[in-house]
Amino acid sequence: MDLLRFSTAGSVDDGKSTLIGRLLYDSKNVFEDQLEAVARSKVNRASQGIDLSLLTDGLRAEREQGITIDVAYRYFSTPRRKFIIADTPGHEQYTRNMATGASTAHLAIVLIDARYGALVQSRRHTFIASLLGIPHVVIAVNKMDLVGFDEGVWDRIRADFAPFVAQLGFGSGADTREATWIPLSALLGDNVVDRSVNMPWYRGPSLLEHLEAVDVAGDEGPGALRFPVQYVVRPDLDFRGFAGQIASGVVRRGDAVVCLPAGTRSTVARIHTYDGDLEAAGAPRSVTLLLADEIDVSRGDMLVHADALPWVRTTFDADVVWMANEPLDPSRPYVVKHTTRSVRGRVTRVRHRVDVNSLAEVPADCLQLNEIGRLQVTVAQPLYLDAYRDQRRTGAFILIDPLTNATVAAGMVAREQPDAGAGEPLRQVDRAAREAQNGHKSAVLWLAAPPGELRTAVARALEARLFQRGVQAFVVDNGHANGICSAGPNAGREPLSFLLGAFMSAGVVLIADVDMPDPLERAELRRRGGSGDVLEVELVLPAGPHAEWQASPLPDARIEVTGPDAVEGAVARIVAWLGERGLFGAPRVVSPGAGI
Amino acid sequence: MPVTAAAVADPPPLSQLEALEAESIHILREAAAEFERPCLLFSGGKDSIVMLRLAEKAFRPGRFPFPLMHIDTEHNFPEVVAFRDFRAAELGERLIVRSVEDSIRSGRIVERPGQDNSRNRMQTTTLLDAIAEFKFDAVFGGARRDEEKARAKERIFSFRDAHGQWDPKNQRPELWSLYNGRIQPGEQVRVFPISNWTELDIWMYIGQEKLAIPSIYFAHERPVILRGGLVLPVSHLLQPLPGETIVARTVRFRTVGDMSCTACVLSDAATPTSIIEETAVTRITERGATRVDDQVSEASMEDRKKAGYF
Repeated sequence: MDLLRFSTAGSVDDGKSTLIGRLLYDSKNVFEDQLEAVARSKVNRASQGIDLSLLTDGLRAEREQGITIDVAYRYFSTPRRKFIIADTPGHEQYTRNMATGASTAHLAIVLIDARYGALVQSRRHTFIASLLGIPHVVIAVNKMDLVGFDEGVWDRIRADFAPFVAQLGFGSGADTREATWIPLSALLGDNVVDRSVNMPWYRGPSLLEHLEAVDVAGDEGPGALRFPVQYVVRPDLDFRGFAGQIASGVVRRGDAVVCLPAGTRSTVARIHTYDGDLEAAGAPRSVTLLLADEIDVSRGDMLVHADALPWVRTTFDADVVWMANEPLDPSRPYVVKHTTRSVRGRVTRVRHRVDVNSLAEVPADCLQLNEIGRLQVTVAQPLYLDAYRDQRRTGAFILIDPLTNATVAAGMVAREQPDAGAGEPLRQVDRAAREAQNGHKSAVLWLAAPPGELRTAVARALEARLFQRGVQAFVVDNGHANGICSAGPNAGREPLSFLLGAFMSAGVVLIADVDMPDPLERAELRRRGGSGDVLEVELVLPAGPHAEWQASPLPDARIEVTGPDAVEGAVARIVAWLGERGLFGAPRVVSPGAGI
Repeated sequence: MPVTAAAVADPPPLSQLEALEAESIHILREAAAEFERPCLLFSGGKDSIVMLRLAEKAFRPGRFPFPLMHIDTEHNFPEVVAFRDFRAAELGERLIVRSVEDSIRSGRIVERPGQDNSRNRMQTTTLLDAIAEFKFDAVFGGARRDEEKARAKERIFSFRDAHGQWDPKNQRPELWSLYNGRIQPGEQVRVFPISNWTELDIWMYIGQEKLAIPSIYFAHERPVILRGGLVLPVSHLLQPLPGETIVARTVRFRTVGDMSCTACVLSDAATPTSIIEETAVTRITERGATRVDDQVSEASMEDRKKAGYF
């Protein structure tokens, strides 16, 4: 007996919950106490008998509102197979849930209401199934009872929708992905488990017969060996095992392997399992590999065969589903988790957004919740990648917001990768190149205020806030300034101006927490800095005017530092102002191959 | 022609139990690698017995990179508690026991007056206290998604805030086998490696692995009370109400929780094989047949999980 994971997408209106309820009920996978609970339920929507859709609605809000909020997993089995259903809502605002359910599925059921034919929603479901690499789709034309089980209706729906399904690669040519069409009535049970007596014109299998028979063993193919190291098992000096789940391919005792990223080579001495050593093991088995040589291997490394290497890249294109309420922010760093490896990275280009209803590629510079687009991602250390279409486990990644730790996006490495070497070679590491790599411009933020703890507090808090956003921020204080300006009060400011210039060439955002009471001196520094690089941020402190302090006539910004959260509030306003000035907008001048 | 390695046939595809096992081992290792201080809840019940075998498969010949912990309601069946201690000692792994009774004595828990003296609810306080005491950042639990509607929606890495609470409407998306274990200090993650197993899978695995389990899982004769369709075991915690009589029946337990609210089922099944046969054709869910407290409301599990329960 093997395992089939499938996903369903749709809403109560489509009869999705009813279909699953019917599938469970007719295959005798519903328990008596579950039926009783449904019959007792306060929100039974069926006018007579029991409402099968209630078997699948889990959370209180879902039962009350008659909607499905999240992915629910359901289990049933027949003598042929065990099934895991990822049951997901179908509206556009639940694209992320559909993608989640589809990510592990072998097969997706796309529901079409026979009365309306293929709608925008049907297209979206099929597209997401295709995007997430599901090899088999079932186009289930439901509610055939409401169109008199009419073959003509069925023919029209097929003729209308089949070209779209083929366009996504299902059932066309050499592609192994296939689409199966089944007319059914979830409400009455026609063609769900038992074949319909009302549709003699349909000669294919019932839905359950198809689910039991569909061949998924060859979907991922043998593939190249990919063994992401998860955990090092080292109880004593005699045993040093690299534990992990084989992501694809087959490993055999005696195989020559390469460890990425080091490129060191060794031979598989043992394939250890608790139940004894194996001669060979294939995906998705979890094993522990022992190597013949003492090479350095740790979590996040990957063992592969030398003749079938993955891409080793710091910059790559990927299709990404944005899953967070906060939109994609190209100025911010994200953690990229790919297999067992987590690295820092950022989105360096938004190539386009896909309209999930029309499949049109739309220009975009951002992705919002539930939007899907093609992005260029640049990471700080290399990842070992395959195209998602070829290897799901080594082509998939998630993006995590390092501040909130939320999972904000799901990514699939594209087959089409702009050639890393084809870009213009980088001849000079200049300020522009550094700014591009950092993802922000360099600048000097001169905190114009009388000396004191409050100014220093703002400087340090601002530094921390910017640093957390991934900005190369640094505070220059009186200690630095006096150290380089020791030649005397009048010679003094020249070296400081050189220091600031050097920091800006290095791509840094410098925060000056330096005493300089004379506004003319500050103006001179701004002039030397040139073209808006030195920004004077006047802090209006609650203590009132300082004896020696003279405010500038025209600061770039004037920020009040008052109230109970004076420092935090001021920092937030400065950061917002810098954002408006475009400090965080990554200038896109670097070629894809320039890397990090 | 010499036989080269490549000429050896590919290993066969994994059976469904092998696929589940491989996934669970991956989850155990992933959490062990990503968290500083995990622990594994071990009650002596069948699901946690399977968890221990999976942990052996994930980490042997090394030691488990986490201690075992039991939140003892002191309403447990003596056979199960004895088995718990025996199995932990046999494995040579550290077992921490924290008691609900102690939480009651110290005033951390106040028992509700009246009929409901179930300790399933009370375990939450003791569990959260123990997590704080040992600064655990991840806790492995043996919950399965087929058990209950709210569990069907819970993630494998289930994020809990600093108060141990689950927010079902704000769960982290969980795609592929990429689990997000990043947390702030004080927050925790409950990790459910056997989420995708069913009751039948558990019994098939117990049979396949020849796992020892507490004797009360197998058919035995015991004094019981028949109440509201449930077969209730008589003990010092569960006595007949006026008008009820004690009868002897051959029974087994499908789940072994709190003695005051765990029912058994009529059965002659005395081996894993016969239990598998019964489980494959049963018409009643594990919780429906055995848990008195889950029948209180349609959302009782959802509410308890939000409060920090497993």
